[in-house]
Amino acid sequence: MIMRALLAAGVIAMLLALPYWVSSLWQNLLITTFYYAYLAQAWNILGGYAGQLSLGHAAFFSIGAYTSAVLAIHVGISPWLGMFVGAFLAVLLSLGIGYVGFRFGLRGFYFVLLTVASAEICRLIALHLPILGGYTGLFINFSRNPLQFQFQGKIPYYFVSLGFLAMASLVVWLIQRSKLGVYLLAIRDDEDASEALGVNTFRYKMVAYAISAALTAFGGTFYAYYQFYLQPNTVLNLNHSVDIMIRAIVGGTGTILGPILGSFLLELLGEFSRSFFAGGVAGLNVVTYGTLLIVVVLFLPRGVYPAIVALARRVTGKQA
Amino acid sequence: MSLLTVESVSKSFGGLKAVQRVSFALAEGEVLALIGPNGAGKTTLFHIVSGFLRPDEGSVRYAGESLVHLRPHDICQRGMVRTFQVTRPFHRLTVLENVLVGALERVAHRRQAVRIAEEVLALTGLADKAGSMGRSLTLPDRKRLELARALATGPRVLLLDEVMAGLNPTETGRLIDLIRTIHGRGMTILLIEHIMKAVMALAQRILVLNYGELIAQGTPEEIVRNPKVIEAYLGEGYVDTEAGWGPC
Repeated sequence: MIMRALLAAGVIAMLLALPYWVSSLWQNLLITTFYYAYLAQAWNILGGYAGQLSLGHAAFFSIGAYTSAVLAIHVGISPWLGMFVGAFLAVLLSLGIGYVGFRFGLRGFYFVLLTVASAEICRLIALHLPILGGYTGLFINFSRNPLQFQFQGKIPYYFVSLGFLAMASLVVWLIQRSKLGVYLLAIRDDEDASEALGVNTFRYKMVAYAISAALTAFGGTFYAYYQFYLQPNTVLNLNHSVDIMIRAIVGGTGTILGPILGSFLLELLGEFSRSFFAGGVAGLNVVTYGTLLIVVVLFLPRGVYPAIVALARRVTGKQA
Repeated sequence: MSLLTVESVSKSFGGLKAVQRVSFALAEGEVLALIGPNGAGKTTLFHIVSGFLRPDEGSVRYAGESLVHLRPHDICQRGMVRTFQVTRPFHRLTVLENVLVGALERVAHRRQAVRIAEEVLALTGLADKAGSMGRSLTLPDRKRLELARALATGPRVLLLDEVMAGLNPTETGRLIDLIRTIHGRGMTILLIEHIMKAVMALAQRILVLNYGELIAQGTPEEIVRNPKVIEAYLGEGYVDTEAGWGPC
């Protein structure tokens, strides 16, 4: 118990000191890592715990990004408030998709396709709505005003992204301890058996979807005010949804630490293969990245984190 | 007084009439067995009663209320719970958590639910497996887990779909004792069963389905002497075996 508290204190102290030590390049890498870990954590609630694979989380992300940006640009509402409007709209969309999908019993591939299609529709809408900047995209003017979610330098973004990740992980931790957590895992394993035992599977899947969508939309606001530029073919790209999902899957779905670990691994892997193959054959880094990804998924199908836990159990089990 | 009333229920899948105009009543405190050859419509009838399928015609009433438009979880919450013929443990949950799923809807606090789950595990003889994962259980334990999860929901009526299938005689005997104990505590039970030893040991009344139709109902003694039942299901010579109710 004391060991655990010391370890936690050490990790927190390190996280607080880390941005002051490292170069701007590493600061950026850490921010991206936290930010993707955050999105993967949000995805994890629906995809990992409830077992409903979404390949359309870019839709919620973009609703959060565009809503807070447009409200700030045209209405003058601070993104700190606008992000809640974005989250609200994302929840509405998730409930719409969830209603169609869950009420009509779409499972597996069919649900995945529904989520892909909904994100595609959002992309087409964003491409053709002048207020969202259309194809050119939406530029956000930099004002250095923290009240407008804009910061000088990388360090504030580091702490905001870390705070976001901590918040999402806390939400998942609370879910895991609650009735909702047990129900979601039961639904993931066997929906009919859960239903037979009195679990309103429709309602709990909707709840998981709504929480996941709201958190993802907050992440969109962060992105908008870190990049200061939104383009439909980037933020609403299918790849973006994959990027979110893959981190949770590699790290281990249905666990709190899985998405965080997955994000660290993939970010480091991506960075390593980029710099290692820099100047060489174009695209070789992507091939390497993909190959390593296949290796991980092939040999650790439940994810890296559960594999580590299993290994640790075996080691300590032998000692005992 | 009957707790569950099924009236003139029919269900077809395409051209196949799986269940045709079946009516029966289940009285409070009764153990009623549903028997019949494979494909006779027993499981379809179970799906209808538990809300997994909607009948094409007919009514299902539980404690005076129609169940036809309720979803399975609603029916479970009203006090009637089913098990599955092919066991469906939650693979990645522990045995205790599996049972917890059934208990959580009844109580406000998780701690109370854990207490209920532990009691049920003790009753069903799974207490020492509480920490094992659902996927690691052997078949007899999986059957017990099906029963334990159902009991954790605090039902008045248990619908058991072939809980004995695949068990050896010793395990069957133990499970019969367990179901008797549960019945002794006031549970109303409807069971589908192929193992006649279990049917004879448990049932006060038997319904026989064949090709979706109810061909006979009565006490075990009446059923084993019913020529229609012998022809359709039990087979010639069934009543002549030494033990009286031996297999054919």
